[in-house]
Amino acid sequence: MSTPAPTELTDLTITAAADGMAKGDFSSEELTQAHLGAMEIAAGLNAFITPTPDLALERAKESDARRATGDAQGPMDGIPIAVKDLFCTDGVLTTAGSHILDGFKPPYESTVTTNLRDAGAVMLGKTNLDEFAMGSANVTSYYGPVKNPWKGNDGKDLVPGGSSGGSAAAVAARIALGATGTDTGGSIRQPASFSGIVGLKPTYGRCSRWGIVAFASSLDQAGPLTRSVADAAHMLGAMAGHDPKDSTSAPIPVPDFAAGLDAGVKGLKVGIPKEYTLDGMPPEIEALWTQGMDWLKDQGCECVEVSLPHTKYALPAYYIVAPAEASSNLARYDGVRYGLSLDGDSLDEMYEATRGEGFGDEVRRRVLIGTYVLSAGYYDAYYIKAQRVRTLIADDFRKVFEDVDVLLTPTAPSAAFAIGEKMDDPVAMYLNDVFTVPASMAGLPAISVPAGLDANGLPLGLHLIAKPFDEETLLRVAQSLEDAAGFTARPGATP
Amino acid sequence: MSYIIEGKTGDWEVVIGLEIHAQIISQSKLFSGAATAFGAGPNTQVSLVDAAMPGMLPVINEECVRQAVKTGLGLKAKINLHSVFERKNYFYADLPQGYQISQYAEPVVGEGTVVLDMPDGGSREIGIERLHMEQDAGKSMHDQDPKRTFVDLNRSGVALMEIVSKPDLRTPEEAGIYLRKVRSIVRYLGTCDGNMEEGSMRADVNVSVRKTGETELRTRTEIKNLNSVRFVMKAIEHEAQRQVQAYDNGEEVVQETRLYDSQKGETRSMRSKEFAHDYRYFPDPDLLPVELTEDEVEAIRASLPELPDETKQRLMDDFGLTPYDAGVLVAEKETVAFFEAVVEECGDPKLAANWVINQMPRELKRSGKSIENSPVSPQNFGKLLNFVLNDTVSTSAANTVIGIMYVDGDDPVAIIKDKGLEQITDSGEIEAAVDQVIAGNPDQVADFQGGNEKAIGWFVGQVMKSTGGKANPKMVNELLRTKLKG
Amino acid sequence: MSLDKNDVKKIAFLARIRVPEEALEPLAGELSNIIGWVEQLSEVETEGVAPMTSVADMTWPRRADTVSDGDCAADVLANATDPEIPSGDANVGGFYTVPKVVE
Ligand SMILES: [Mg+2]
Ligand SMILES: [Zn+2]
Repeated sequence: MSTPAPTELTDLTITAAADGMAKGDFSSEELTQAHLGAMEIAAGLNAFITPTPDLALERAKESDARRATGDAQGPMDGIPIAVKDLFCTDGVLTTAGSHILDGFKPPYESTVTTNLRDAGAVMLGKTNLDEFAMGSANVTSYYGPVKNPWKGNDGKDLVPGGSSGGSAAAVAARIALGATGTDTGGSIRQPASFSGIVGLKPTYGRCSRWGIVAFASSLDQAGPLTRSVADAAHMLGAMAGHDPKDSTSAPIPVPDFAAGLDAGVKGLKVGIPKEYTLDGMPPEIEALWTQGMDWLKDQGCECVEVSLPHTKYALPAYYIVAPAEASSNLARYDGVRYGLSLDGDSLDEMYEATRGEGFGDEVRRRVLIGTYVLSAGYYDAYYIKAQRVRTLIADDFRKVFEDVDVLLTPTAPSAAFAIGEKMDDPVAMYLNDVFTVPASMAGLPAISVPAGLDANGLPLGLHLIAKPFDEETLLRVAQSLEDAAGFTARPGATP
Repeated sequence: MSYIIEGKTGDWEVVIGLEIHAQIISQSKLFSGAATAFGAGPNTQVSLVDAAMPGMLPVINEECVRQAVKTGLGLKAKINLHSVFERKNYFYADLPQGYQISQYAEPVVGEGTVVLDMPDGGSREIGIERLHMEQDAGKSMHDQDPKRTFVDLNRSGVALMEIVSKPDLRTPEEAGIYLRKVRSIVRYLGTCDGNMEEGSMRADVNVSVRKTGETELRTRTEIKNLNSVRFVMKAIEHEAQRQVQAYDNGEEVVQETRLYDSQKGETRSMRSKEFAHDYRYFPDPDLLPVELTEDEVEAIRASLPELPDETKQRLMDDFGLTPYDAGVLVAEKETVAFFEAVVEECGDPKLAANWVINQMPRELKRSGKSIENSPVSPQNFGKLLNFVLNDTVSTSAANTVIGIMYVDGDDPVAIIKDKGLEQITDSGEIEAAVDQVIAGNPDQVADFQGGNEKAIGWFVGQVMKSTGGKANPKMVNELLRTKLKG
Repeated sequence: MSLDKNDVKKIAFLARIRVPEEALEPLAGELSNIIGWVEQLSEVETEGVAPMTSVADMTWPRRADTVSDGDCAADVLANATDPEIPSGDANVGGFYTVPKVVE
């Protein structure tokens, strides 16, 4: 049997690659080499902060050795993946995209990456991201912006979305078969939509947060970015699981997410939240949304209009809660125990100098907003108010899920935009997450599936939201959307 | 007990509240699996959680919660089945997270009461405002290097209970008694070792003064981190005086944190730390609220040991001890345990109380020992008292024996035998000695017979002297009276 | 609610982030914008609504009181800026250091 050419190897899905290795068509080392080659060629995307080729080849060889002795671990064994540089990796530089973590090599490995490693996955490197995962365009990284492998008709360099922009770009550009991301308000789903790939944010508590640099603890959740729904199911299966080291990790078993993917969606009830229709939303997005409903109806779903009355308030509430938590979570970056440290004549001067230099503009903005909304006299008016609104948002979802199985919405209000756009208006940038944030605020699982192209030839995603810990239904419906959409467009292949 | 400061503008009283930080007895820290033992090498008892490494998360040690509930029950306080850990945000060298995880709006324990045993035998009730759990900070060392402060995080994350009193205390002495009483209660409970030298217990003191008769509270200051009962009392005295002087001079007292300088015997402002404090408390999103059930609390209640107030009552009821004696005995749980074992041996609680209250501390001090490592067992202590009770030795001989027991070995039988200290109870032998003294001192005999009954004491002394202190004084006394009265 | 230069100065110190003097004014504008935008929440009737503490619908996990961590001073100090390791061997302990604190 002839070994596929490297370009063909990088074009596989995780599922197909696992099959190929199982059949002996190629080894993990060959697969990994092919992806490392792709990484070099696509270096201009700036998708990786720290490539780890030596480590990757070592793990690939270990995987091949396991397979040779019949000890292969399952669908992720030998699969080259990229890891968002927000996951702490033992002995490997971990930056969170921030100057303030200069030189930080954790002496520990996050639970999620440990789980992936135990499942045999091969880490190719650490991907670029918005600084501390704060951003929707991957333009706030200390290590520079990531370019979207997709280009519009006008040829401008586009953002890949954020904050998991490096991961999304790596998967879309065929540098990695899958990548880990984290999603606080949309940071997996929005870049997946911008990059024409699948992005899954599991239920809050499904994946351990231990060893992931924290942004907003009550919202952060790890998940996979892949090129197919089945791949997302396989990868999530490896990432997820109860972790006693994370108090918010759910003590429930991990089902075989891939098992029921093809069971069909006949008889499922799909809610269409009317509040997700925005003034000024591009007509292509409206049209795609309607198309999505039709696809699901064709496969036997019933689509019903539902109401989530507090939708409008999710984004402003999020921009109180997330910065508040971040302002506290980021207090530990003080120049003493790790990372950047600037001199100061006193303790306070050292802190101020280090943090003044170490944080970029967006992080500084959010830390200051968070500090402000928690401070004396403002706590009730802002923070407590936002948490009350959050209760109402979660209640909205609880009520509609008494009636429907999933919700269908667009993922983002636009396709990828040019690097440099929306930079001078933070609020305009925040609006990118208007469709993804409500599910985050309620801790619900949600997925973005590539479903079509806009007039500029750029990918657009559809977004599904399910009940807590019902990733199985979420994935099943996502699979049927994927089947119906038949999305085969790929970056670089567009006109 | 009133404590009035006479100022230039009138009489002032002091209003005091205490915040006691008590280290919870546990093997591991409140939110990490690192050890809590005292005295390890710097940063060796630190987990990556305690060092606030990126991505590290806290998990609640259930034993610490149980210990806090137990303490709450010991303080006769309300247990809150729902309580919440919050973050108290501030920057400091010994606070690696940039926040302390503490309980704020919803503490695990609410209002309670502590009864103080006053020196006059009376008692006083002091209100407890709340008890909450929190993490300890690390330790900064400022004197190791001219330019740098060294930081050791071994204590970082160790579980503390902060026990907050109501402003019910009115004198430095009361504050001292209160602190000792709380210490006694947590030690009975086994929830804190109360070791103030090692910092397992320390107090912040809130002090304000007001004119006698005023009912409103005036501005208070907080004196931080006092690590002995004596310093608490001294600091209150100084601070109250300072405030009175300020008011007398027409100055204001500002609400601030102060430090007690035990060398100079004064308190001074910690203005540097005071600047722009705003702790921005909010519920810690890494943790879930602590939810307890009635059943759990009841199980803890059922496991409570007898507490000092109950033990005191029992000693009074069962043994007829005075409130004062009972109060002294129960102050330290080791003392009362020793006392009860002594009573078991000798059966005379009043004699046992007398000796445990008086002789025991004296001999411990003399031998440089503490009750935890007492060289004398309560059984042998009781045995000695038995010899007093059955007239084997005289009280004075017993005092000699006990001195030897604490230094050279604790078997009273051997010591008595070795030193030949058995009492002479043979009436013939005593009679001979009595006759000899009477015959040799006709003048004193005449004096006694002339009506000076008190002279009997002189005769007893002479007989005891001639028998080397071994004669049974009661028998000597009786024989002398019979013979002298003739 | 809008923030002025002094508000920004105050919260920047609370957050221990040095903001250059010339950046205060523009930052005040940006933050005021964001705060002005989130204030639309005041439209929401929240009387009697409990603030959310966690979306995780579970009870607090309990850790047994055993020593299972620590004793890793070398790891603890590995990334430290200017550690003081008296014996030269971080495994047996050492200190973090900061600019001298005067109390
Ligand atoms: Mg306090
Ligand atoms: Zn405290």
